[in-house]
Amino acid sequence: MKEMTDRNIRFGVVVFPGSNCDHDAHHAAGALLGQSAEFLWHKDHDLKNSDVIILPGGFSFGDYLRSGAIARFSPIMKEVIRFAQDGGVVIGICNGFQVLVEAGLLPGALIRNSSLRFVCRFVHLRVENGATRLTNRCKQGEVLTIPVAHGEGNYRTDPETHRRLEENGQILFRYCDKQGRTTPEANPNGSLDNIAGIMNEEGNVFGMMPHPERACDPLLRYTDGRKIFESIINSFVRPATEPELVSIHNGGR
Amino acid sequence: MFLAKVHVTLRKSILDPQGKAVEHAVATLGVVGVDEVRIGKYIEFRVDGKSEQEAREAAEQVCRKLLANPVMEDFSLVVEPQ
Repeated sequence: MKEMTDRNIRFGVVVFPGSNCDHDAHHAAGALLGQSAEFLWHKDHDLKNSDVIILPGGFSFGDYLRSGAIARFSPIMKEVIRFAQDGGVVIGICNGFQVLVEAGLLPGALIRNSSLRFVCRFVHLRVENGATRLTNRCKQGEVLTIPVAHGEGNYRTDPETHRRLEENGQILFRYCDKQGRTTPEANPNGSLDNIAGIMNEEGNVFGMMPHPERACDPLLRYTDGRKIFESIINSFVRPATEPELVSIHNGGR
Repeated sequence: MFLAKVHVTLRKSILDPQGKAVEHAVATLGVVGVDEVRIGKYIEFRVDGKSEQEAREAAEQVCRKLLANPVMEDFSLVVEPQ
């Protein structure tokens, strides 16, 4: 496997009690993408010099009270919040996305799917902003095939925040059909405006309900998730070594 | 010692799919004139304080910062002496 940078990017994967996609994320970043990956126990305070923090999917604290509500108070979250405020790259996948909105690092909320069912299947995502640290290896408007697995992924926010997300290009992905049309039928959970993933205004904190780490291994047939990981890695490549990539450093560090 | 009783419900502006499902079941049941079903949580806890005011302030903080997510939920709080 060809390495994309001369230096490995260090991924830190936070492990909460009830996380269940932590090993998948570790495997994707480490074994499949050839970067270094470390688990970070939720009670620790040490981010182990990570370049990227992943809050993985799962059911942290059994989803008690609300999904992500308890995890947000885990000791390591203090460090994660500080890291994010200093411009560090933080990615919340599924339950990790729920933790990020509960922690106030991303706007909005994720409520029960409109179908009231847990939805576990492949979905199509349209890349709405291909110039971010999470999507720079995707083409604008490209349709990705990535699985979702959640019961509470129905993204909600007030009209004012929704408008700002749209204007600032903070909407990363929308649920769509194979042809890229964002129809109600293509929306697995009833999310406002088919929103599947967003970022903060500064462009360093990302949340998405679909699981890119589950679509990285060629053994599992679908590999579009790699583009997400490759984008992150690519965003650390110094412009000096690859001048043509300068433009993708969109608001990031 | 005081007892705090908290109700948390989804805000009016937020669709409550569970409430909607129950509403449909009520209609199937044959009872007419029932609508706007909202499903929420009831939480109670004991809270110490020199006065009811002090206990209420502590309980309110728990509600605002943990028990309810203000983006999507409202809460109502009753504090009574125990």
